[in-house]
Amino acid sequence: MTATRQEAAPAHGVVEHSRRLARPAPWGLFALGLLLGAALSALTGFSVVLTVVYGVALGTLAVYAVSRAVEGRRTSFDRLVTCIVTSAFALAMVPLVSLVWTVLSRGLKRLDGDFFNSSMLGIVGEGGGAYHAIFGTLVITGITAVISVPIGLLTAIYLVEYGTGRLKRWITFLVDVMTGIPSIVAGLFAYALFALFFGPGIRLGIMGAIALSVLMIPVVVRSSEEVLKLVPTELREASYALGVPKWRTILKVVVPTAIAGLATGVTLAVARVIGETAPLLITVGIINGTNLDPFQGRMATLPVFAYYQLTQPGFPPEFAIDRAWTAALILIILVMALNIVGRLISRFFAPKTGR
Amino acid sequence: MAKRIDVSDLDIYYGNFLAVQGVTVSIEPRTITALIGPSGCGKSTFLRSLNRMHEVIPGARVEGKVVIDGQDLYGADVDPVDVRRHIGMVFQRPNPFPTMSIYDNVAAGLRLNARKMKKADLDDLVERSLRGANLWNEVKDRLNRPGSGLSGGQQQRLCIARAIAVEPDVLLMDEPCSALDPISTLAIEDLMTELKERFTIVIVTHNMQQAARVSESTGFFNLAGVGQPGHLVEFNSTEKIFSNPDEKATEDYISGRFG
Repeated sequence: MTATRQEAAPAHGVVEHSRRLARPAPWGLFALGLLLGAALSALTGFSVVLTVVYGVALGTLAVYAVSRAVEGRRTSFDRLVTCIVTSAFALAMVPLVSLVWTVLSRGLKRLDGDFFNSSMLGIVGEGGGAYHAIFGTLVITGITAVISVPIGLLTAIYLVEYGTGRLKRWITFLVDVMTGIPSIVAGLFAYALFALFFGPGIRLGIMGAIALSVLMIPVVVRSSEEVLKLVPTELREASYALGVPKWRTILKVVVPTAIAGLATGVTLAVARVIGETAPLLITVGIINGTNLDPFQGRMATLPVFAYYQLTQPGFPPEFAIDRAWTAALILIILVMALNIVGRLISRFFAPKTGR
Repeated sequence: MAKRIDVSDLDIYYGNFLAVQGVTVSIEPRTITALIGPSGCGKSTFLRSLNRMHEVIPGARVEGKVVIDGQDLYGADVDPVDVRRHIGMVFQRPNPFPTMSIYDNVAAGLRLNARKMKKADLDDLVERSLRGANLWNEVKDRLNRPGSGLSGGQQQRLCIARAIAVEPDVLLMDEPCSALDPISTLAIEDLMTELKERFTIVIVTHNMQQAARVSESTGFFNLAGVGQPGHLVEFNSTEKIFSNPDEKATEDYISGRFG
């Protein structure tokens, strides 16, 4: 009895051992699949797209088949899913990489001192720059932030700390609706509002800031609300228990605790509106000279500048098109810089836990 | 400073739900009173109603009287914020303010209330409170470090220092040791015994040895069934509760014959 049981016991203890592929093996198999794919597409006249399509399919199949034969069903399925997920990720990266590459390769040509130092005043053909548009964008986005951040932040504080019942639900619902407003509608709203008072055809920097605020406020509310909700109730109670009034608790405990998240949220909201084109097109327009007074006449902004340089390049067109690409590149750099600033803020302001 | 608390016919509601019913009890000054009972029987709710923390929760309200040295806490002209300045509270989980240093945490009660104080006086108060909470020797060299860097037991003593820095009359403690190891628990129990010279202390605890060790009087809360309101079954001297209680339910609970 005892003897037979010993014979039946697995050789290496209770946990079943199975063979595993060597670590580089799946990669090699996938590469083999890609090579086969290239060969297959060469049969019908070589093309990159076909190579990738055939290659990924054959590579996945090769990894799956070999793994199935060597490692068994469960591991092979794991490898199959890994292949599919990784391929999907690579597919998603294609447009992003392509976009960055295109903007960089075409925009770098005019990324020079002249571009930052001159406006388009009196420029036909070569030269010129986006000085007026860069600062126009900064002014308008700055005013937008000045309008949106207090309104958005206070709304979020109301929703988290004070709001109850039906009013809170309605505000949340309306904020959700606002998030979904198409940007052109926001532009038309600001245009219609100002046209009521100043007549049709009016173009002002402040109109653009108001149109962008309509888009930015719900983003600020949403992100601030989420961050304020994360502040533990215990901290509020600790403050109340010390006899601190509610408004002071919010000002001195809740907001400082959440400041990193709030600042990050605001920065990302700015990044969200800085590249808006449509509302600025109908509210701010474009000029060739430098106008930084938002209450007086048209202003230039980077997205609108890029749009007009591309659609009305004049003759010869290549200089204007180069300027459009460089404007797009600067816009991307601005958004990226804002994202980095947001991350830095959240790192530096975050509550310290060092011992 | 320490004051007497008289509670009469106190009903505590969450919205329409009656959570605790008909509590009548007198808490003597300069004593430690322990509240024991099964989970969900309303001990913490009752404790929180003593400094009007209860009504922080939307829909929560109270009927009945809580009188401290002749003044009804729930009187029409009483500001709950003012009540909480006189009745401090320490919570189950240590909750130092994460944005503040150890020093600022202790000074928080004054700073947050915008009371102006000379730097030297404030230093003195912080040292006194930290000494009062038996924490001074451990943190005196790192007062400017964040409070969240301390151990759990130290954080809890920091919260006690923060609570006593505003010189309350009464100190409420809601299971202050349930998240701590036995050594930190002992430190806090010793501290409570020292603090009762100056404050009236009411403590909720699940640890019956703790209630027996530190308190003079004990109240046993229970509830008749699920969905029924909790009520005070018996309130007596701790000695009597743990040796020869008047109620059979109390005896069953402390001897472990009750869930």
